[in-house]
Amino acid sequence: MLLEKLTLANGVSGNEKEVRNLIYKEIIDFADYIKIDKIGNIIAYKKGKKKTDKKILFIAHMDEVGLIVTDIDENGFLKFSTVGGVDKRVLVSKTVKIGENKIPGVIGSKPIHLQKKSERNEAFELEDLYIDIGVDSRTDAEIKVNIGDYVAFDTKYEEFGNGCIKAKALDDRVGCSILIDLIKDENIEYDFYVAFSVMEEIGLVGAGPVAFNVKPDICVIVEGTLCYEMPNLDSHLMPTRLGYGPAISLIDRHTLYDFELREKTVSLAKQHNIPYQYRKTSSGGNDAGEIQVSGEGAKVLALSVPTRNIHSSSSIIKKDDYFNTLSLIKYLIPSICKEDK
Amino acid sequence: MIDSNLLKNMVSIYGPSSREERIRNLIIKEIEEYVDEIKIDQLGNLIAHKAGCGDKLMISANMDQLGFIVIDIDEKGFIRFTNIGKCEPIHLIGQRVQFENGIKGVIFYEENSTENKITFEKLYIDIGSNKKEDTLSKVNIGDICILANEYIENEITIISPNLDDRLGCYILVEVIKNLNNTEYDLYFVFTTQGKVGARGAKTAAFSIEPDISLVIDVNRARDTPKQERSNVKLFNGVTIDIMNNSYITHSEIKNTLLDLVVKNNIKYQLEVSDDDITDAGSIHLSKYGVKTTVVSIPCRYVHTSSEIATKEDIIMCLKLINSFIGKL
Repeated sequence: MLLEKLTLANGVSGNEKEVRNLIYKEIIDFADYIKIDKIGNIIAYKKGKKKTDKKILFIAHMDEVGLIVTDIDENGFLKFSTVGGVDKRVLVSKTVKIGENKIPGVIGSKPIHLQKKSERNEAFELEDLYIDIGVDSRTDAEIKVNIGDYVAFDTKYEEFGNGCIKAKALDDRVGCSILIDLIKDENIEYDFYVAFSVMEEIGLVGAGPVAFNVKPDICVIVEGTLCYEMPNLDSHLMPTRLGYGPAISLIDRHTLYDFELREKTVSLAKQHNIPYQYRKTSSGGNDAGEIQVSGEGAKVLALSVPTRNIHSSSSIIKKDDYFNTLSLIKYLIPSICKEDK
Repeated sequence: MIDSNLLKNMVSIYGPSSREERIRNLIIKEIEEYVDEIKIDQLGNLIAHKAGCGDKLMISANMDQLGFIVIDIDEKGFIRFTNIGKCEPIHLIGQRVQFENGIKGVIFYEENSTENKITFEKLYIDIGSNKKEDTLSKVNIGDICILANEYIENEITIISPNLDDRLGCYILVEVIKNLNNTEYDLYFVFTTQGKVGARGAKTAAFSIEPDISLVIDVNRARDTPKQERSNVKLFNGVTIDIMNNSYITHSEIKNTLLDLVVKNNIKYQLEVSDDDITDAGSIHLSKYGVKTTVVSIPCRYVHTSSEIATKEDIIMCLKLINSFIGKL
């Protein structure tokens, strides 16, 4: 799948170039218009066979959570900060790639033998962790890396189990990949816009300019969203479940999703026998938060592929959820554009 | 005098954030014959225009109310939900709620929970059903319910849910109905999604491009036993909000208001607070900026099923807005 290439590309927020170039190359032959705006969003337009007076925008964000180098010490160890919502507890002993040259590194910490009892009960703070790039001194390190270099997880893409995929950055390369598939489809009846935004993970930065530019009537956000289904958990505490179909958002920190769009999506899913689920939490947020209130406003809908271990080095999705999300979107376009005509 | 019937209807009608159709339709009916043009934008804001030649003055109040959205229904038919708009989970225990289709229920909590803090995850709604299928025949995931307490009025006060900010809407409606000559180009805006962070106000201000904006809201009266120190008290008149978490008043508008209260004998109080975001936070930063001030009605127990405001304070607020419009 193209998703393999997309997740292997590094694009920590603010440094989406590699992902952007990859997406640009993939869609350039299929889009009727394409531009990269001043902060790096890709905005593309695809003509359908029929005209519509509704402007629909589909958006997925290109960036991923990661780290950034803040200091290099005498031994050549790198200190770092997180970029976006990274759980510091997932960092220990992970392999990473640093900067444009993808210098390999390992996140180091104090071995268990040396930890005091109290230390064993608590997660390491960021200042207790460092990235080891296998050099002996600051001078050696400075030849390979710089302060300000971005650090991404180094994770192999693997398909495993019953149709599952393991990779880094599935939030939101899975959305990017679905939208690339969408724009490559030559059978979509109506015109639509597709955008790939920057810096979503650090506060929905790219989405505002996209919306200001496109001025959509309706915007569909395509995401990878949190999925957590431990045994014995009450059903209302599982935000989404793997393999249960695209998750339709009700509410999150920034957005109350448009009721009619939501209902329309549910009835299409039922009509075409596509499994769906609701996203059962008000935590988190996505580009909808900025887009709905940009300019004179837009109606928003979010469809997400459930993603286990989100914001970590090894996220998991199910292929069925991916394809069900894509086909639901394809049914959605004519259904939105046909009405009031 | 206060039109009790209208106020009662306005605070009781269904209209949580993002589902404001019913309250919007009620307001349209009340005001349509008094304004030149009515527009509803993408976010559902109701924008009523009364043309004039002067500065563009936008007067707004948010028309949505606190709500609770269904996220899950368990095997026994209990409903799990999360809040739309800020409120304390502990204030909800034992409260009755109502869905748009009229289905009623009561909020309760997991009594044997080992943790002390009551969170929304531990609350549920019981609609008196015996199984999942029964609940599902009445309530769907994504449905939103509202607090269902009744409207109570005595000689001096009003007790009801949703005074925040249907009181502001009521005042706007009264202002519209009694419009005299004004040199302002007037935009009355009933905004959506105010309870979740002034979302509607943002797009409304963007499309109107006002020169001046007055926001009518309620603010927390902290005059109850053992409350933290604050200026704002019930029965002390309309509040002019100097500053809150999302804005600082424009001094020119504030000074105009202060002149007007003295000239017209309007009882008032001033407030500097760390209260939540009001629509003013969005409006005053729109496009090239808007001269903005918030005018509030003091209210006790804001964001609960029993908010309390006084008739006198409401009338003072109405008087202040009317005199502002007529001042030119």
